Amino acid sequence: MSGADNVVWLGTPAFPEAARTALADPQLRANLRRATATIRDRRLAVAAELEDWEELRETAATIKRHTLRHLDHHLLRLEKAVTAAGGVVHWAADAAEANRIVTCLVKATGESEVVKVKSMATQEIGLNEALADAGIRAYETDLAELIVQLGGDRPSHILVPAIHRNRSEIREIFRREMGEWGAPAPEGLTTEPRDLAEAARLHLREKFLRAKVAVSGANFATADTGTVVVVESEGNGRMCLTLPETLITVMGIEKVLPSFADLDVFLQLLPRSSTGERMNPYTSLWTGITDGDGPRNFHLVLLDNGRTATLADEVGRQALACIRCSACLNVCPVYERTGGHAYGSVYPGPIGAVLTPQLVGVENAASLPFASTLCGACYDACPVKINIPEVLVHLRAEAVEAERRDRLLPTSEAIVMKAAAAVLNSPRRLAAVQRLAAFGSRLVARDGRIGALPGPFARWSATRDTPVPARESLRAWWLRTRTPTNGDSRTTAEGKGRR
Amino acid sequence: MNDRDSVLSAIRGALSGVPGSESPDASPLSHGRRVDHAGPDVVGLFARRAAEYRATVVRVPSAGAAAAVARALARTGTRSLVVPPGFPEDLVPAGPWSLLADVPPLTVGQLDAADAVVTTVATAVAVTGTVALDHGPGQGRRVLTLLPDQHICVVRADQIAPDVPEALRLLDPNRPLTLVSGPSATSDIELDRVEGVHGPRTLDIVVVEDA
Repeated sequence: MSGADNVVWLGTPAFPEAARTALADPQLRANLRRATATIRDRRLAVAAELEDWEELRETAATIKRHTLRHLDHHLLRLEKAVTAAGGVVHWAADAAEANRIVTCLVKATGESEVVKVKSMATQEIGLNEALADAGIRAYETDLAELIVQLGGDRPSHILVPAIHRNRSEIREIFRREMGEWGAPAPEGLTTEPRDLAEAARLHLREKFLRAKVAVSGANFATADTGTVVVVESEGNGRMCLTLPETLITVMGIEKVLPSFADLDVFLQLLPRSSTGERMNPYTSLWTGITDGDGPRNFHLVLLDNGRTATLADEVGRQALACIRCSACLNVCPVYERTGGHAYGSVYPGPIGAVLTPQLVGVENAASLPFASTLCGACYDACPVKINIPEVLVHLRAEAVEAERRDRLLPTSEAIVMKAAAAVLNSPRRLAAVQRLAAFGSRLVARDGRIGALPGPFARWSATRDTPVPARESLRAWWLRTRTPTNGDSRTTAEGKGRR
Repeated sequence: MNDRDSVLSAIRGALSGVPGSESPDASPLSHGRRVDHAGPDVVGLFARRAAEYRATVVRVPSAGAAAAVARALARTGTRSLVVPPGFPEDLVPAGPWSLLADVPPLTVGQLDAADAVVTTVATAVAVTGTVALDHGPGQGRRVLTLLPDQHICVVRADQIAPDVPEALRLLDPNRPLTLVSGPSATSDIELDRVEGVHGPRTLDIVVVEDA
């Protein structure tokens, strides 16, 4: 069910190479530094307003853990409730099936265009491309997604996908591209965000008013009532969810919550963690269809696409608790310097580094679990307490194991580790190596530091000096200074005896 | 095997380690607010927090409610006002604006051309400065509060819930629900907050307090 191609754009180039390109772009780094610092401060301020913040996180984590342990039960309840409320539920094992379902539903309406609410799930399955292949044009309506779509670009952040673009770049994209897609950019468009937002309003309004079909994702869906929730700011979501005749919602199976009452926890955590607001401007909740208000047809597509494989891993499973707030991106020192594109997936940052390899199989995204310093800031920030560092380490082991399986000859890393194990297993060998290192390194050191190292160590030493080992190891010093007297410490005596 | 069966069987396979004795419905938690984030002045907090979202908030006695609505309409130079079915007639002010009832339903074009809409609310949330609509009588269909550029909400002080959990308990999940916190906004360009993208650019809240 998982494969290399079910999270679009994956893996070309691999993270280390893509990151190097990003690091060489000072404009990108400046944009990111400013944006992540701003949103970090806001999040901290509003989280600090709730003195039971930690309790809320713990509650959210418990609800998610419990839901995932009985996922089949809750999905069946959701299906029943949505159906009873007049909706139609579809199940999709993978991206191709989900795209096929949505394409057929759009074609059945006779329409050749759809408006879209920003959605990670539809990006993950490459829905826009699949619709285009079927002759259906999909219009992104979130301002940032519009900037990305018009620019022929890729999103670089879960919440603010155009974070890598500044205002003058956005003006250029609008002036160049808007006319190709519909209403052109107004004459004399300035770089003021207010002006740019107004241009987007004018450009999209005619599309909203004539749209017959909309596609959305879902932030949550509650199993007891069949209620689907979309959280947004601009009102583009409300436009798509209420104006068209047909609404198609694509939702990962992990988004279900057992009950409507559970929403109280998540609606407190999500806006504060994502945009640093107490509440986002608009939250829409709907249950099936309502006579005389909103779409006449509602379809809910439940998407697996690698999620059940992730569920099978008891350590990795916790990544499915993610509510896509992107708090982990904004605190990550690696994300702040490389930006989202380097991760090669729709899910960037720390959560992407654990989610993407699981959704596509770790052998297809082997560099991502290493795209982290394991500093733990993401774990501290996560509103549902996903232990991202734990999953990263777990996946690193799997990546190494996958590589060992696939190669006829051991990697240089494996050889070094084997040699290190042999040395560390024997006090005698360790002492010998330490003496040798202390002596040898003094021959090559300058001012107490060692510069470039040869062979497999070259990459490590390219960005840092190696300190010269002490003249004498701790073990040697201990033996020299703790000369045993009669009946003295057995440890020392034994240590000496073994030598 | 169809996709439904294959997904369900994959889930069951993945969860084979979960003991059968563990009940899926036994929620491990008691819900609700354990800590008071609102304090004693719920109405004052609501007014402050909604204003922080750049809503225009006024507090008036019930005798002054219609006049407060009129002032909000005059401020923006409204020429046409949408009044949903069930909205209290005594709260609709007379003025140089035409009134549009949604009976029979207005077209999308008519709503797009309208300047303002006035509604009641289902409940409100003090801590977050949010108004919640369940689109029942006095609130109208969802598009009524979406297309006109000004939305005026009349909120009775006793409708304001202290916090999100209390407000959710007051809402009926079987109705369409819209939670509104300030006017439409975006922060997508360099994280500069701009009010007014696709939804109403102006949100007025009239809090009616009474003896």
